[in-house]
Amino acid sequence: MTATKRIELALGPCFFNWSADKLLDFYARIADEAEFDCVYLGEVVCGKRMPFTDTVWPQAIERLERSGKTVVLSTLAQPVSKRERNILKQQASYDMPIEINDMSLLPSREARPFTAGPFLNIYNEASLAFLAKQGAVSWCPPVELPLESIQQIAALVPEVAIELFAFGRLPLALSSRCYHARAHGLSKDSCQFICERDPDGMNVATLDGERFLAANGVQTLSHACHVAALTRDHLNTSGIQRLRLSPHMSDMVAVSNAFREFLDGALDAAELEAQLEGLELPGPLCNAYLKGEAGWKKTSLPA
Amino acid sequence: MSKEEKQMELVCPAGTPAALRAAADAGADAIYCGFANETNARNFPGLNFSPTELADGVAYAHAKGAKVLVAINTFARAGSIGLWRQAVDDAAACNADAIIAADLAVLEHAAEKHPDRRLHLSVQAAANSPEAIRFYSDTFGVKRVVLPRVFSVPEIAALNREIDVETEVFVFGGLCVMTEGRCSLSSYATGKSPNLTGVCSPPDHVDYREDNAGRLLAQLGGFTIDSFEKNTPAGYPTLCKGQFSAEGRTGYLFEDPVSLNAFELLEDLAKAGVTALKIEGRQRGKAYIAGVVSGFRRAVDGLATGTDAGPAIAALKTFSEGGRQTSGSYKKTWR
Amino acid sequence: MPTTAPALSLPPLISTLIAPLPKTPMEVLLTRFTRRLVARRPELLQRLGAVVKVPIAIVPDDMPHAFLLSLDNDKSSVEICDKDQITRAKAVVRAPFLVLLGLLDGTYDADALFFTRDLKIEGRTEHVLALRNTLEEADLTPGEFFGLSGRPAQWMNGFSGTLLDKAKRLAGNGSRNANSMEQDGQR
Repeated sequence: MTATKRIELALGPCFFNWSADKLLDFYARIADEAEFDCVYLGEVVCGKRMPFTDTVWPQAIERLERSGKTVVLSTLAQPVSKRERNILKQQASYDMPIEINDMSLLPSREARPFTAGPFLNIYNEASLAFLAKQGAVSWCPPVELPLESIQQIAALVPEVAIELFAFGRLPLALSSRCYHARAHGLSKDSCQFICERDPDGMNVATLDGERFLAANGVQTLSHACHVAALTRDHLNTSGIQRLRLSPHMSDMVAVSNAFREFLDGALDAAELEAQLEGLELPGPLCNAYLKGEAGWKKTSLPA
Repeated sequence: MSKEEKQMELVCPAGTPAALRAAADAGADAIYCGFANETNARNFPGLNFSPTELADGVAYAHAKGAKVLVAINTFARAGSIGLWRQAVDDAAACNADAIIAADLAVLEHAAEKHPDRRLHLSVQAAANSPEAIRFYSDTFGVKRVVLPRVFSVPEIAALNREIDVETEVFVFGGLCVMTEGRCSLSSYATGKSPNLTGVCSPPDHVDYREDNAGRLLAQLGGFTIDSFEKNTPAGYPTLCKGQFSAEGRTGYLFEDPVSLNAFELLEDLAKAGVTALKIEGRQRGKAYIAGVVSGFRRAVDGLATGTDAGPAIAALKTFSEGGRQTSGSYKKTWR
Repeated sequence: MPTTAPALSLPPLISTLIAPLPKTPMEVLLTRFTRRLVARRPELLQRLGAVVKVPIAIVPDDMPHAFLLSLDNDKSSVEICDKDQITRAKAVVRAPFLVLLGLLDGTYDADALFFTRDLKIEGRTEHVLALRNTLEEADLTPGEFFGLSGRPAQWMNGFSGTLLDKAKRLAGNGSRNANSMEQDGQR
């Protein structure tokens, strides 16, 4: 019999174009009021946004660390330009935990520890074991990877801590084209940072009028809000140590509190979902990726 | 630079042995294909090769002076990596000239067990920087990288100045709008995706219906993703080229139904140091293969001889989605 | 958006002439040759995979009847039926007759015909796709379908090729379909 282990909570990086002030306020409140063990921050989606938030991160990091949280710098998922690549090189040399979201960054870490982010294509035990040799100590699987696969990988690569994407619109795709700019008749080079208008992403509906996706600059997310309501016991047996909650305009302190209570056994799955649905989420709940089904669906998960 | 002086290699698709023969006959320098299972990113019913068919295909291609590159370019399923490793071993046993892979597990196996076999990095690996490319070449001895469609031509030229490996770029056919290997739109709607199962918009989740007005409605996973008016050209049922409404407007939010045609840019791509030109379309018929390969054969040869391939290329327009073509990200304005 | 002219449709006169032809001998003949083909080339059924035994309707827009095709080793069959009697089919392929013939022998690319709306599919898309891909591999020239080889096959292909060209000219005054490369002499 193995003892029941506490499941940790992590706050993922913010995917959206929030202003510097908003980000500072957000992380200050997270530092003071939320029970996250670990906070990922940094610009992941668009290199063009970086100059506006560069000043935010040192302050936010300092504030969060003071509150006892582990802070991890999450890095750009699709670096292409010289400027973006130079920023990555700089970040790799920082003396702080880092999350890698693109293979570009792997060599410059020189086998120092890192988190393998959900944007890396790690789908099996051998590729995770390979990354572990390169320094991966923690891994957040791609959002489409079924729980069954994650369990198998966890069992075969126990040296890597596994963090499950458990709350928020699902990051589905990256492009070199900016859909916010395109939707507003602009080009990426003169985008006027129009994505800042949609702090949870721009709603995209099908021809049937159903809301389906959300655009966020060069990124496309789900409209529905993924919630992995897996109990502590289930997570324990699956080899998952941490849940990742992805920032939205919803009250993230309340979201984290609900998850904390659920993981500590004070709420059951239905109660967790009911509480979350009361928090003005960006879309309806979904979770079927965990079962290897269409990600937009909501299905019952084993208790 | 010697990279620029050599004639660019024409890499052509084959989904069946018949298509492979058509490509070899039409003048392909290399033909890429895959096994009939989830190890390759065109895992469609009725498509692809058994090991025996591949061995025969390699012999046929070699006799015509063409190479065969085997795409084992999906991400191995947890607990079943053996299937992907077996595919690599089979490709080597069939005497394939190179293996095209994206998954670290597959690359590692190929590099360890078949160090003499050429290894190409699939577009599905989305290696979009010199650092990423150098990582794959230093670690696995990758000799060529198929570039993700995120670069403009000047960016490809700059990239080639920073790396030692060959680059291969798409010049014709279906065009991913999202970065290849970094897109789960298909699985969000259907549960199946290129990275998970080797299919985008799996046909068992596609439905076509014509309404009373003669409009063709395309559904994926139950969602209506496009509507084509009577007598107007149609496209593939992919989400990235579907119609959606956003900001009060309905239209092609991501991209129109359109295919890539970079014929006009061939000379620039040669100057940018590109080694090989790739034609998309392993799911296409022999008529497409024969037409597109011979058109581009003439175009590539024309770079040296000055022969005009314009009319031959213009005739390829009906092969394109929506009857329309684009040069995609190669021109910066596309973004 | 460019509009497309009706492509390669048989003149109504021909359709009218075909209509009263006896169905049964045709069915028997087509079924016999299909079974022989499948027996001769078992790899085709393997390629077809899950579509074996699934009835698929082939409906020529410009002919009065539909074909109901079912591939299953020695039980393969081709039925000729009225167009409203294809409800058994799991998938339906519709196109002008000459376009369908061009798909059989690989003259046309199915995706391109779909883009130009000359080819319509209904029902289970995966079955149509599997059949299409198998036909691509089958290289079904008329000679191959009738199980001929050597000089008889060449003669048969040459003869039907000439006949088809004539029919196509008659139908479309030369196809507008650049998809068929024969006009450019590039094949």
